[in-house]
Amino acid sequence: MTRVLTEAELEEKFQARIDAEEKIEPKDWMPDKYRKNVLRQMSQHAHSEVIGMQPEGNWITRAPTLHRKCILLAKVQDEGGHGLYLYSAAETLGTSREEMNDALHDGRAKYASIFNYPTVTWADMGAIGWLVDGAAIVNQVSLQRTSYGPYSRGMVRICKEESFHQRQGYHIMMVLMRGSDEQKNMAQDALNRFWWPSMMMFGPHDTESAHTAQSMKWKIKRQTNDELRQKFVDQSVKQAEVIGLKIPDPDLKWNEERGHYDFGEIDWEEFKQVVNGNGLCNRQRMAHHIKAQEEGKWVRDAITAYEEKKRQRADQAAA
Amino acid sequence: MSDHMKLYEVFLRSKRGLDHKHVGSLHAEDAQQALEYARDVYTRRSEGVSIWVVNSSDIVASQEDDCESFYDPHDDKPYRHATHYQLPDEVNNM
Amino acid sequence: MTDNNAKEIIKQYAIRLGDDALVQGHRLSEWCRNGPFLEEDLALTNVALDFIGRARMFYSYAADIDGGDYSEDSYAYQRDCRDFTNLLIHELPGGDFAFTMARQYLMDEYSLMFMERLCDSSDETLAAVAAKSVKESRYHLRRSRDWMLRLGDGTQESHKRLQKALGDLWGYMPEVFELDDLEQGLADQGIAVDSAALKGGWEKAVRATFSEATIDVPADDWSVRGGRQGMHTEYLGHMLSDLQFVQRAYPGQEW
Repeated sequence: MTRVLTEAELEEKFQARIDAEEKIEPKDWMPDKYRKNVLRQMSQHAHSEVIGMQPEGNWITRAPTLHRKCILLAKVQDEGGHGLYLYSAAETLGTSREEMNDALHDGRAKYASIFNYPTVTWADMGAIGWLVDGAAIVNQVSLQRTSYGPYSRGMVRICKEESFHQRQGYHIMMVLMRGSDEQKNMAQDALNRFWWPSMMMFGPHDTESAHTAQSMKWKIKRQTNDELRQKFVDQSVKQAEVIGLKIPDPDLKWNEERGHYDFGEIDWEEFKQVVNGNGLCNRQRMAHHIKAQEEGKWVRDAITAYEEKKRQRADQAAA
Repeated sequence: MSDHMKLYEVFLRSKRGLDHKHVGSLHAEDAQQALEYARDVYTRRSEGVSIWVVNSSDIVASQEDDCESFYDPHDDKPYRHATHYQLPDEVNNM
Repeated sequence: MTDNNAKEIIKQYAIRLGDDALVQGHRLSEWCRNGPFLEEDLALTNVALDFIGRARMFYSYAADIDGGDYSEDSYAYQRDCRDFTNLLIHELPGGDFAFTMARQYLMDEYSLMFMERLCDSSDETLAAVAAKSVKESRYHLRRSRDWMLRLGDGTQESHKRLQKALGDLWGYMPEVFELDDLEQGLADQGIAVDSAALKGGWEKAVRATFSEATIDVPADDWSVRGGRQGMHTEYLGHMLSDLQFVQRAYPGQEW
C-alpha cells in the first residue's frame, strides 16, 4: 500500500492541492523550485520591510509634532514587526534569519527598490504612507490568498495592522494641502517624486516579468503585476483629487470602455538604474543595515555567553 | 538573532474564553526574554491577554508522511461532525 | 501664595517632568532601526513611545494651566536650550547599547520609585499620570535590569562596555536626588516627590543589581548639575535643532 511516489506524481498531487485552493504547509512535500520561489519572495518582502524602516526612520527625530512623532515611531516599529513576521514565516522553510541577512548583504537577495529614494522633506512621510504603503497594501491584500500557509497568515496579520499606515500618510498630505503655499508645494513635490517609483513597485509588465507565470500557476502570486498596478492607479486618482493634488502623469485619463484609468509609460530605464545600484540611497541603505548588524554583534554574543553561564550554574546546582 | 538565540513559537489568547493561537515566532535567549519580546512584537495593539512561548525545538510535530495514518481514520466518521445531521430549519441553530 | 502662583509653580514642575520624559524618549527613539536585533529594536521603540506619551501628558497639563493657544507642542518645539529643565543625564547622546541600557537601568530604578510616590500627590492630574507611568516603569525596569545582568555577566567585552558606561553616567546621578526651592516647596505641600528621600532605596537596589551583574560601583569623585536651572551640556542644543527643525523652518503652521 505504501509505494514510494515518483517526483512527477508528487508534483501532480502538489498542484492538485494548490488548484483546490488548499494551503501548502512547511512540512509538505513541495517542488524545489516552489520552495526557492516562495523563499525568494518572502525574504525579499522581509528585507523590504526592514530596509523600509530607514527612509521613514530618517524623520523620527524631526517629526513636527509630538503626535506625529508617536505615529511615525509606531509605524516604523510596525515595519520592523512585519519584517519579523516575514522572517519568521520564511524560517519555516529552513533558512535562518542570519542566512537571509547574509544574502542581503552580499547582494543575492533584494529589497524593494523604492527604498533607495531619499526622504528629503516632511511631506515625504505623507507620500510614503499614502502611496508606498498604499501600493504595498494592494499587493499584500492579494497575497493574503497566497498558497504558502505561513506567508498567507503573515499577510493577514500584516494587512490588519497596516491599514493605519496608509491613512496616516494620507492625513499628513491632507493637512499639508490645507496649509500654507509652502506646505502645498512640499506635498505636491513629494507626490511628484514618489508617484512613479510607487508605480514601479509592482514590478515589470506581465510580459516582461521573469517570475509571474510560474508564480501564478503555483498561486504564490494571486494577481499579476499589471492587474495590481491598475488597481493602485484607480484608487489613487480620486484620493489625490479630493485634497487637490495633481498626479504627475499627463497621460492619465479615465477610459470608459475599460472601466479603468489609462496611464503613461513608466520610465523603466530609471527603474533599472536604481535596481542596479544607481539610486540616491542604495549604498547608504546597505551600509546602515550592515553597520547595525555589526554593532549589535557584541550584544548578541553577550546574550549567548550569559545564557551559557546561567546553564552551567544550574547544572552545578543540580549536581 | 538566529546565529545566537533560540527560536520560540508564540501563541496568544486574544481574549478570555478563547484558545491560545499560534501567531508566529521570534528569537530570544530564554523563555523569559521570549515572553517579553512576544509582548513587544506580537501584542503592540493589545491583541492578547495571555501569551505562551515554546522553544520551537520542543515541539513534536506529526510528519506529513504519517498524515494518512494519523488523520484518515477520522475521515470515515462523519457522524462526529455536527453538519452530519440535517435538522429542520426551526431547530437548526442547535 | 495666591492660587495663580501655586498653579504656575505646579506648571513648572509638570514641564520639568515633561522635559525629562521627552528628552529621554527622543534619545530612545534614535534607536528605532538601529537595534542590535529586530526583537530588541521593537522593544526599545515601545519604551520610547511610553516616554514620549508621558511627556505629552505632562505638557498637556502645563498647557491646561497656561491656557490660550498653548499646547503640548508649545513646550517641545518652541523653547530654546535655556528653557529646558530636564535632568542632564537624559540629554547625553545614546552612545552604544551598553550606555543606553545603563542609563535606562539607573533611571528606571529611579522612575519606578518616583512614580510610585507621585501616585500619592495631592495634585490629581500628576497622580493620574503617575498611575499610568508606574505600570510602564515596572516593565521598563524588568527589561533594563535583565540587560544589566546579561551585559555585566556576559562576555569580557560587554562587561567592559557596561562598566565604562556606568562610570560615564555616574556623575550625573547626584543631580537626580537634589531638590531646589521650587521642588522642595511642592514636596512640602505633598504635591511633588521628595526625590532626595529616594536616594537610599535607589542605592540599595542599584548595588544589589551591580553585584549580581559583577559590576563595580563607580567612584563618587565627580558630579555635574544644572539641568533644572536650564544649564545644559552642548548635546541638548543639537538635539533640539533636530527635534524642532520643521517648526522652526515653517513657523506657525499646522502639521
